[in-house]
Amino acid sequence: MNIILRLAICSIFFWSMTANCQSKMTNIKGGTYTPLYGRDSLQVTIGDFLMDVYPVTNQEYILFVTKNPKWKKSKIIRLFADESYLLDWKSDTIINVNQDLKSAVTNVSWFAAKAYCNEKGKRLPTVDEWEYVAMANKKLPDARKLKSYNEYILSWYEKPKTFKKTVGSTFKNYWGVYDLHGLVWEWTSDFNSVLVSGESRKDVDNDSNLFCGSAAIGATDLMNYAAFMRYAIRGSVKAKYTLRNLGFRCVKDN
Amino acid sequence: MKKSKHLFILFITFTIFISCGGITPKKKKAETMSYQCPMKCEKDKIYHDNGTCPICDMDLKPIKFTKEVKNKNTSISETSIFNLTTKWSTEEGKIIALKELMGKTLVMVMVYTTCKSACPRLVADMRGIESKIPKGLEKNIQYILISIDPETDTPKRLKEFAIENYMDGKQWTFLQGSVDGVREFANVLAVKYKQISPMDFSHSNIISVFNPQGELVHQQEGLGVDNNETITKIINTAK
Repeated sequence: MNIILRLAICSIFFWSMTANCQSKMTNIKGGTYTPLYGRDSLQVTIGDFLMDVYPVTNQEYILFVTKNPKWKKSKIIRLFADESYLLDWKSDTIINVNQDLKSAVTNVSWFAAKAYCNEKGKRLPTVDEWEYVAMANKKLPDARKLKSYNEYILSWYEKPKTFKKTVGSTFKNYWGVYDLHGLVWEWTSDFNSVLVSGESRKDVDNDSNLFCGSAAIGATDLMNYAAFMRYAIRGSVKAKYTLRNLGFRCVKDN
Repeated sequence: MKKSKHLFILFITFTIFISCGGITPKKKKAETMSYQCPMKCEKDKIYHDNGTCPICDMDLKPIKFTKEVKNKNTSISETSIFNLTTKWSTEEGKIIALKELMGKTLVMVMVYTTCKSACPRLVADMRGIESKIPKGLEKNIQYILISIDPETDTPKRLKEFAIENYMDGKQWTFLQGSVDGVREFANVLAVKYKQISPMDFSHSNIISVFNPQGELVHQQEGLGVDNNETITKIINTAK
């Protein structure tokens, strides 16, 4: 009898541990909105999906590289990440003393972020999906017209080293998602669809859509300078780049 | 009871040993023997049969290839595109991994067949490059066109496009990937693209040259640009 009881407790304990391993996700109800850069029709329709409540943390990433040695700092190949991959980590599985296990993992490449999400049976959000969720503030699904919303984001851009904060330290938005603004930039699956790069100035055949002056004029919401910054970052990075303030989170189809 | 337990353990250990025996690495066969004149009368000339040097008449000496030479064709470097494991379908309907293209200089471009504006010019640029490559090198070079619109550009469609554009020769390969695989490959080439309507994409116009080991050696950016540098690079890697 005793043994059965112990086994039961053990298994419950185990179950709760593994359940915790899978990071929390929340439902995002799809809809139609006008992103900064629309397609021809301007409006974009998003289906329902699930999004990670927090960005992926150092702790979660340590577990990932332990299970998938190919993505360890010492093993990663240069095709998939540049030299600053996990730059501040002390070793393959140990972060530095000035880093926090509960902070968002940064200095990861697009390839690494994609592999992480795939391993969890998830994927990276598209630019349109990410922007859709990120236009919410605490109360409204679309707060882009509010002065306070834009000021919050712009004031974040001015604060140094926000990547050092732990996840969940910014506000919880309308959908129940934390840290879209105020912590780190995040990778998106199709970031390379933003044609505002060095290359695109010269040789993208449709660049009247998207560059500098023309980009800003083409932007659908001239006030949305904050979002313009995000698109500019996306347009300027390459998939193997790793930046100190660039992390990621995953989404899943409903 | 106890005896059977012991037997069981014995059995397990035994099977473990057996399975270990199965994976002891086999010694690699030595490379085929090569011979060289000890006086190097003909510089680095290599003979495959034993004999004497035709100039000084001395016995040829067997030579060993250095490891580096042996590995050159099999190992791939960290920056090689052959590290990508995605599967692609050719215009002939054959499923391949990029690794199967190893051994030739690769000239790659990303286009889509329903494109009206830039792609025809990019395709013309590719043909222009191909026409300027000296005879004798063509078998060392493969020209590859990758579709950024894998949903429309089926192998059948790609084959038709190849015929229409006189690019149906052996040196041309058209690839259809998965949406995900194309996105990943575009990222490797630093090509940007976006679907702007169901029929239209805007994309960067980049022609990339890879050496036979799959490492990027050159990128030509822009439309109808001077392609002399690109051609020189191709010739140098294909030699």
